[in-house]
Amino acid sequence: MTAVTPGAATATELELVQKGAFDFDWNEAIRKGAIVALTLAFIALSGMPVGLDDRSLIEPILSMGYVALLWVPFVLGWLSGNETVLEGMAATKRGLRDVVRGDVIGFVGGLGLSLLVILLNAFDLRDPLVNWSPQLIELLQFDRGQGFGIVAWPIIGGVLGAAGAGLHLVSPRLRKAILSAVITVLLVAIFETFIVDVIDFLDDLLYEKQGGLKLVAAIVIAVVAFIASYAGAGRAVGQVRSNYHQATGAAKKSQTITFIAIAAIALIVTPMITGKITQELLANIGIFLLLALGLNIVVGLAGILDLGYVAFFAVGGYTTAVLTSPNRGEDWPEWFPIMPWWGALLVTIVVAALVGLFIGAPVIRMRGDYLAIVTLGFGEIIRILFLSDWLNGYFNGAQGITNVPAADFGFAQVKGTDPRSVFYLVLVFAVISIYVSWRLERSRLGRAWMAIREDESVAEAMGINTVNMKLMAFVVGAVLASFSGAIFAAKVGSIFPTSFLILVSIIILVVVIVGGMGNIIGVIVGAAVLIGVLGGPKQPGLLAEFSEYKLLIYGALLVVMMLQRPEGLVPNARRSRELHQDEFLQDAWLKGEVDTDDDDEPGTEVQGALA
Amino acid sequence: MSDTPLLEFRNINTHYGAVHILKDVNLAIYPGEMVCLLGGNASGKSTTLKTLLGMVTPTSGEVVLDGEVVNDKPTSYRVERGITMVPENRRLFKRLSVLENLQLGAYLRDDKDGIANDLERIYSMFPRVKERLSQRAGTLSGGEQQMVAMGRALMASPRVLLMDEPSMGLAPALVQTNFELIQQIHEEGIAIFMVEQNANMALSIADRGWVLQTGRVVLDDTADALLQNPDLRKSYLGEATSH
Repeated sequence: MTAVTPGAATATELELVQKGAFDFDWNEAIRKGAIVALTLAFIALSGMPVGLDDRSLIEPILSMGYVALLWVPFVLGWLSGNETVLEGMAATKRGLRDVVRGDVIGFVGGLGLSLLVILLNAFDLRDPLVNWSPQLIELLQFDRGQGFGIVAWPIIGGVLGAAGAGLHLVSPRLRKAILSAVITVLLVAIFETFIVDVIDFLDDLLYEKQGGLKLVAAIVIAVVAFIASYAGAGRAVGQVRSNYHQATGAAKKSQTITFIAIAAIALIVTPMITGKITQELLANIGIFLLLALGLNIVVGLAGILDLGYVAFFAVGGYTTAVLTSPNRGEDWPEWFPIMPWWGALLVTIVVAALVGLFIGAPVIRMRGDYLAIVTLGFGEIIRILFLSDWLNGYFNGAQGITNVPAADFGFAQVKGTDPRSVFYLVLVFAVISIYVSWRLERSRLGRAWMAIREDESVAEAMGINTVNMKLMAFVVGAVLASFSGAIFAAKVGSIFPTSFLILVSIIILVVVIVGGMGNIIGVIVGAAVLIGVLGGPKQPGLLAEFSEYKLLIYGALLVVMMLQRPEGLVPNARRSRELHQDEFLQDAWLKGEVDTDDDDEPGTEVQGALA
Repeated sequence: MSDTPLLEFRNINTHYGAVHILKDVNLAIYPGEMVCLLGGNASGKSTTLKTLLGMVTPTSGEVVLDGEVVNDKPTSYRVERGITMVPENRRLFKRLSVLENLQLGAYLRDDKDGIANDLERIYSMFPRVKERLSQRAGTLSGGEQQMVAMGRALMASPRVLLMDEPSMGLAPALVQTNFELIQQIHEEGIAIFMVEQNANMALSIADRGWVLQTGRVVLDDTADALLQNPDLRKSYLGEATSH
């Protein structure tokens, strides 16, 4: 990584400014190093490294605990090399300078951990900081004594920072190959349980008995990934994608159908060949996907920030439980029926819609922040009602309703012990929800929501009945959430107030935001990534080890997304335009396409129109 | 000019909480005429528009649309009957495309041919708008935004267009162009009810005018007479007292 690949030199590079190896903004580098130091110290004291140290990734050299620390200087080193290149301004030539800067950042960050090692040894702060533990000391000293730890961290930090920054020096192709090698090894190691669950025989082939990749296996995987990437596997995928984007009319339609068909077959076949863990995971993703799709209508399409969405999930769950379980509260009258699941579902839908209207009617006249706060309140009120002594005779308070029977369809039974059946049931409802969302977005109602989201007062002046339209969004969202609640009741077999904490609302909202608000594909991706990898409020994800730090990661992810990619992983085209409005304006202004200044002479506007 | 007013206020009173805004206001707008409502800040001009459109409910009096009392009818009903507003400061849906803005103007209509016709009509009135259809409304210049705002209102196929301070926030050079646009729309046979602070300009194109002061109509006359009115000249037309 010392020299720039000769082939990469282009005509524009002639204009680049050559700078000395130490000629960079030292203040900034040290400041970034301090950020690394603080992040490392924070992670160390959050307990993550110690908690994850038992989980071996590559036996015996690397545990997940260390990875939790080591990525920081590497990533920051890489980010420090990112430069905004302004058009018309001379850019700096990449070179040793970048590496030195990355090295400084990593070094300073490592010094932070050295300092932490010293402090850990000198003081006992276990009282305020529970993770200020001997295990952390041992971990940070690599079990080799204080001196070793103090010296090692700045060196490790420096090397990783330099390596991260050095990625800027190699050709993009090589960079991709290196990164895919590293990432593939990490993924294969991290997702051990999942991979073994899907493909059984890999267990002995790749992994040690006590967990973790075999060293040889790790090297082989890295080499294979490197070669595959370098040879252009990524480009083949890219080619398919760009073909798809360029296709129009019938060709595009047939390609879309092909993709959907492949996805459908994959979704139907996968649970048949995988083990229970994966089936359970898919079922959980589906349940939260249903919730996220509903919330996407409320938040993404109609622009109503509903922080109490869990209320409808709870109503769905409790209604189904009350109608199907013999263990429901004692105060229900004799004649009150106990019915099969699908019958209960129909009642649940009606009840959820009514509750949506009931909660929605008073709050929907409010706007923005006020509405968000009130919905937050309602979300809790519903849960507390189910928990209350007052309704104890109906909902059994904290004991909840147990013995909710399986959903019996004659040809199949859907119950928690058979996660595959739950997944298929969820799949059916997800398809229904996706179709409904898709149709609604393109309907007259969808256009009204769009107008309301943009400017409620003007929408009203255009003759859109804003109150009714918003109420509609609320009710549709409530019904979709109740599907999820009904399936959840059958799956878990019992319903407790603690299943419906405010946390559920927050996590669904994060799924929608991270995935891409207002975009169905985005919501699917968001649910798969967040619920699948990190897990739901109580459901473990692929990274079961992280469940303790789940909320920390959710929070960090949300912050990073808001800063770097506020439109979400798979953005809605319009949403993306909205969020980058300023940049678009600036670009357009640079190109002379618009004049943003109302006070301009009419003459300049004509110019603008001609451009 | 026909004898039945298109839009009428009969002894309208409105309150915001305990505050009395409009006091016994009587107005009448006849088909095809252009009238303006003048008044200083907090004189009740915007409330008048909101009451006409049904976004504010009067405490007493009658809002009459085409001979029908519409006090308890929602905004959508009135928009369907031909009242449309160009809001203050244009208020486009800035992040939506120009075309989407125009389409939302026709939200309550379902006659596809009529909508297509009106779109064409707007393109021929404002050729610049047609060039910008796929552009986001927020990136347009002030003058273009004004055109889209009017186009959006016209898409509702109105009989009377309510304009809230149409020259507010526009560069002086654009104000003149803007009034020309308004006249152009008026020539299509659409009645215009304009709320303005720029009294000189408004009265020079209007047929009649009212002057509102702290919620009361204090003057009601033809535009020419108002332009000559010494009180009005003193307080609104920026003329120094000269005797």
